[in-house]
Amino acid sequence: MVRPVVELHGVSKAFGPVQALSDVSLGLVPGQVNCLAGENGAGKSTLIKVLTGALRRDSGSYEIDGRPVTAPSPASVRAAGVQAVYQELSLLPHLSVAENLFMGRLPARTGIIARSRLQNRARKALDEVGLTDLSPQAIVERLPAATRQLVEIAKVLTADSVKVIVFDEPTTALTEAESERLLQHILRLRERGMAMLYVTHRLEEMFEIGDWVTVLRDGSLSEAGPISDYDEDRLITAMVGREISSLYPETHRQAGTPALRVRGLRRFDRSPSIDLHVGSGEILGIGGLLGAGRSGLLLSIFGAAPIVAGQLEVGGKPVKPSGPCAMMNAGVGLLTEDRKVLGLLPELSIRENVTIASLRSGSRRGLLPGREQVEEADRLLDSLRLRAGSYDQPVSTLSGGNQQKVLLARWLLTKPKVLMFDEPTKGIDVGAKGELYTVIGDLAASGLGIIVVSSYLPELLGLADRILVLRDGAVAGELPGSATEEDVLRLASGSGGAEPAAEDGSPDGGPSLSDEVPASERTIPPTIPPTPPPTPPSTPPPTPDDPGGVSRDA
Amino acid sequence: MPKLIWREPIETTTITNRPPGGETDDASALETVPQPRQALEPKGEPRRRVITLGDIAGRESGGLVVLLVAIGALTLASDEFLTGNNLSNLARQVAIFGIIAVGQLLVILTAGIDLSVGSILGLSGASTAQLLVAGVPILPSILLGVGIGTALGIVNGLLVTRALLPPFIATLGMLGIARGMVLVSTDAQTIQGVPEAFQVIANGTVLGVPNLLIIAAVVTAVMWFVLTRTVFGRYIYAVGSNPESARLAGVPVRMVTISVYMISGLLAGLGGVLLASRLGAGIPTAGTGFELSAIAACVIGGASLFGAKGSAIGAATGALIMGVLNNGGNLLAINAFYLQIAIGVLILVAVGFDQLNTRRSAASGG
Repeated sequence: MVRPVVELHGVSKAFGPVQALSDVSLGLVPGQVNCLAGENGAGKSTLIKVLTGALRRDSGSYEIDGRPVTAPSPASVRAAGVQAVYQELSLLPHLSVAENLFMGRLPARTGIIARSRLQNRARKALDEVGLTDLSPQAIVERLPAATRQLVEIAKVLTADSVKVIVFDEPTTALTEAESERLLQHILRLRERGMAMLYVTHRLEEMFEIGDWVTVLRDGSLSEAGPISDYDEDRLITAMVGREISSLYPETHRQAGTPALRVRGLRRFDRSPSIDLHVGSGEILGIGGLLGAGRSGLLLSIFGAAPIVAGQLEVGGKPVKPSGPCAMMNAGVGLLTEDRKVLGLLPELSIRENVTIASLRSGSRRGLLPGREQVEEADRLLDSLRLRAGSYDQPVSTLSGGNQQKVLLARWLLTKPKVLMFDEPTKGIDVGAKGELYTVIGDLAASGLGIIVVSSYLPELLGLADRILVLRDGAVAGELPGSATEEDVLRLASGSGGAEPAAEDGSPDGGPSLSDEVPASERTIPPTIPPTPPPTPPSTPPPTPDDPGGVSRDA
Repeated sequence: MPKLIWREPIETTTITNRPPGGETDDASALETVPQPRQALEPKGEPRRRVITLGDIAGRESGGLVVLLVAIGALTLASDEFLTGNNLSNLARQVAIFGIIAVGQLLVILTAGIDLSVGSILGLSGASTAQLLVAGVPILPSILLGVGIGTALGIVNGLLVTRALLPPFIATLGMLGIARGMVLVSTDAQTIQGVPEAFQVIANGTVLGVPNLLIIAAVVTAVMWFVLTRTVFGRYIYAVGSNPESARLAGVPVRMVTISVYMISGLLAGLGGVLLASRLGAGIPTAGTGFELSAIAACVIGGASLFGAKGSAIGAATGALIMGVLNNGGNLLAINAFYLQIAIGVLILVAVGFDQLNTRRSAASGG
């Protein structure tokens, strides 16, 4: 077997008390695609950052071409031949393709750009990735996402030394057909003897292009082996393989009258319509892959993002989602995913952050509400066990978990009927997580309707009484709270469950498709181009001779 | 697509002083160090440090110190400084300027900027003078003059919130438009012959206190009240801190933004009327460069151009500092050009100190 060009051995990395990686080993072999699998939070991004020099490892060894790398920096690692193609594109949108390809090393004489040399080199680089009809002068901003992704790859290939390419979820923003083109290109790179690390959430892609799979779980190596040893079930088990801990509150709740009902909500002209409801005292989980439209759905329900059609009822009364203010008055609250950008008012004090949403309802003739509201806010913060020196200090001085508590207190002070959480525990350490789960459970028990969006499956399953899975902006199916992570993954990645083609295949898939979704189901086909027949793609060698033969159609 | 503005990175404190091996929920062990700059804590928690001026006066403290030092130094250096005549002179010089600075402050608090205040001041003043000369009674003339400023302020607000122009550009455009309008309407000629009764407004006194000072004090007091005691005031800080967060917390961001530009325009209009009254004439070029001085006053008084930091008292203090320095320079016969240098240095020092403070409090984990 060929010697790996890059080898990581026993790599560990901790962020404060959180162990992000512990004792992980990884080898990248020329001419092979190594797929990195794992749930959100399993440590994939950390591993990539260690690999590309963006993060310093705490311990373990890192070798490129057998030479140990002691203190990697992004520049030195790149010079050594390890290149990365990121999910968030690193291209400068206002510049031309050629300029982007050679940014930082533009051919120039005494500071004046040598235009023709730049054009020629760019032409060559673009031809290499099959973009033969793309002009090097095209402005990046105007290119479709897939082309940009290919330009990104072309840029990586223009580096002086390319031995390893890391792909971090390159197909997230692409359509099926575009993804297919990209995958074909990766296969061509493999034939040229490139070593590649491919990170994706889409299992079917791994089987299509992978040679080897490395599975991370909770920051450590779960399993690794040739992908031909795996089928989808085994891969999912390797990714999940964990007891759902008792971190989560007991679910003995009874869904009462509907607190929120959404009918025929459509966010764009051609997007599928979505129906959902959550009863008072019920926790509805919403699952799905990144980009499945979960956060957008919450923002639309909250009136913060425009919708094209749809009716909303809060507590039985119809509401027009004309803006956050209207929805707030109707009794809906939203804790956003990105606390810093879409939640906190960093310069303001903790108290001011809590009361901001309730000022108007408590105010008399435009004056700030009196002492009572502040005292109520303090009581809420006390009951949430906020840890702060003083409630007058700026909210930006708090840790992530405490910031989340401040936002929770903000919405509780508005006395909502429905509370929506978008990734409630993102960036929050384990201790605070448990507390938040308890609070969410208590809130539901006290009669609030709760919606939780989470990418972290154990959390979703542990909290929710009922789970709605989204895929490509549509409801892919509904699962009971007793569903397994496998069920959710299947529905979310479209490798079973709701897909019509899977009716014959999946063992325990296709679970309890809710009665109320067929309308939205029917709207799926136009958005997804016709998929190839479920036979294994006719790609070269070691791909999927997996015994399971579970249909991986979409 | 929501427009996200990323500003200064927000330092968060991760609590690390957890007792080793202890999973206790001992709140005191997990307490973060209190921020140096914060109001006094009424709950009487244990505090490990001396109360500083900053605790009492907040971000304006630096400005207050500078102001007191400047006044003290001038009192010693010049016999004339602390005379009633000079002080009322100083008050008249500073008042109009302070009114504009307070209006500018509201805009700066929302992380915006209003470059058009000087031009609006000129337009309002000259228009009022023209109306008066044309025989319109005093009160309607004043109302119309202030109304012009208010209207242009609303236009600024609409340009920022509806046309989504950056505040700098929107008000830069208005700066040119308003100045051009006044030059066209007056044909660049000074408007003379305003009634005596109108001139009394800015030049008169009540019990020896110049009217202008009273008006400026009232404006500052009202703005202080609005900013600290009303929902609208709190909304202004929220919009300046993070407009998207504010919107998602139910703050009517557009309404607040339009309102602050409107108020800034209104106060610029008021300043124009008062200046016309003080000079007894409508001067088309009046107010040129006032916008930058008003911004300087806000910054010296502790406002942050990134929004959400600053106070009405601070802006007034900043205006006073600049007035006192100019006045002292005159008294001591210092070349006015050196004064410009001094004020420039003052701005840099004020902001430099603020940055240093922010960084230090972030580094100390407060």
